[in-house]
Amino acid sequence: MSNNNASSSSVAVAQKAVKQLRIEAKMRRINVSQAATDLKNFCLQNAHKDPLLVGVPSSDNPFRPPKSCGLL
Amino acid sequence: MGEMEQMKKEAEALKTQIEAARKAACDTDMASAASGVAPAPRVQLKTRRTLKGHLAKIYAMHWSTDNKLMVSASQDGKLLIWDSHSGNKVNAVPLKSSWVMTCAYAPSGNLVASGGLDNMCTVYNLKTPVIKTVKELDAHTGYLSCARFLSDTEILTSSGDTTCALWDLETGKQKTVFLNHVGDCMCLALSPDMNSFVSGACDSLAKLWDIRDGQCKQTFQGHTSDINAISFYPSGNAIITGSDDCTCKMYDLRADQEVIGYQDAALNSGVTSLALSVSGRLVFAGYDDFNCNIWDSLKGEKVGVLSGHDNRVSCTGVPVDGMCVCTGSWDSFLKIWN
Repeated sequence: MSNNNASSSSVAVAQKAVKQLRIEAKMRRINVSQAATDLKNFCLQNAHKDPLLVGVPSSDNPFRPPKSCGLL
Repeated sequence: MGEMEQMKKEAEALKTQIEAARKAACDTDMASAASGVAPAPRVQLKTRRTLKGHLAKIYAMHWSTDNKLMVSASQDGKLLIWDSHSGNKVNAVPLKSSWVMTCAYAPSGNLVASGGLDNMCTVYNLKTPVIKTVKELDAHTGYLSCARFLSDTEILTSSGDTTCALWDLETGKQKTVFLNHVGDCMCLALSPDMNSFVSGACDSLAKLWDIRDGQCKQTFQGHTSDINAISFYPSGNAIITGSDDCTCKMYDLRADQEVIGYQDAALNSGVTSLALSVSGRLVFAGYDDFNCNIWDSLKGEKVGVLSGHDNRVSCTGVPVDGMCVCTGSWDSFLKIWN
């Protein structure tokens, strides 16, 4: 004699899993070569604006102490 | 039961179909595609600030969009707001529950949020004469692992109850619940265009969700243990994950698969946190072994390390202007590097 509550909830779980897989299966995928090229180009085009990559000159670095005190 | 058998069969068939489609799109990998790119320079960053003030392990930090202020959360039961330029503490928010796991700064700078083992997300207004609790978001049935503001009226949370949720901060109620993970959700990241977010969980999967319709659009597998950290690549077309399996991975959203992994046989500590530089070229990953390793995202090579903490690096963050990287640790200190 099966436990109706347990089996109907596992049916619901399985239905949900199948529904989700159907959504994911429908997706149109692009080739990794295209994806990688786009990621690479984005990186290279933005490299010059990346302070951690190109370095921060000390005059522009808010975390470097100023060389002289302007108060006196 | 006949119905269960049928559904199992359909599920298996769909999984096989998805794998075949991914394989068909897999005509190269990121490292090969980037073979002609000059290697990233050896990155040697110096500690510019050590922020001392917490009395116990730091679990989380988040930059304000003004690139100067940041919030940190510690199990000493406090949120501290820091002026990173001067190194001074601007505010201290005492927490009702000291078991905090996450904190967030609203893009406006007006609000911060925290949450943890109390299963709640508490939102505070920093701009009232005395800092006030404005909402206690109470509906998760598990710990709050991460929170991120979309605006002053909406916040996203991830929880150990395996769900993520979008909350209305005016009513204090959940607008949308994101259901699909089968393990504790550990982290979330908002897409640059704010229409979607990704979550990482203890089921070793990362999932992409549509914020408005609540639907899980894509699932990314490959990790073999809990995903503790997740971030969007700045172009919005890829995500990077960090896991207890000691690796980080980049998944491209349009190719729907992993395109490169960041791992080293010598590394056998879990990844706790990660942050990207503004071009996406550098990945700063915090590990249980007290270091933060710097990876070249295109070539998959380690190009630097941030050493200086005396305990696990639990959180990392790069501000919007990309001028530095902040690491927070169980040693109770935050360090700013550039």
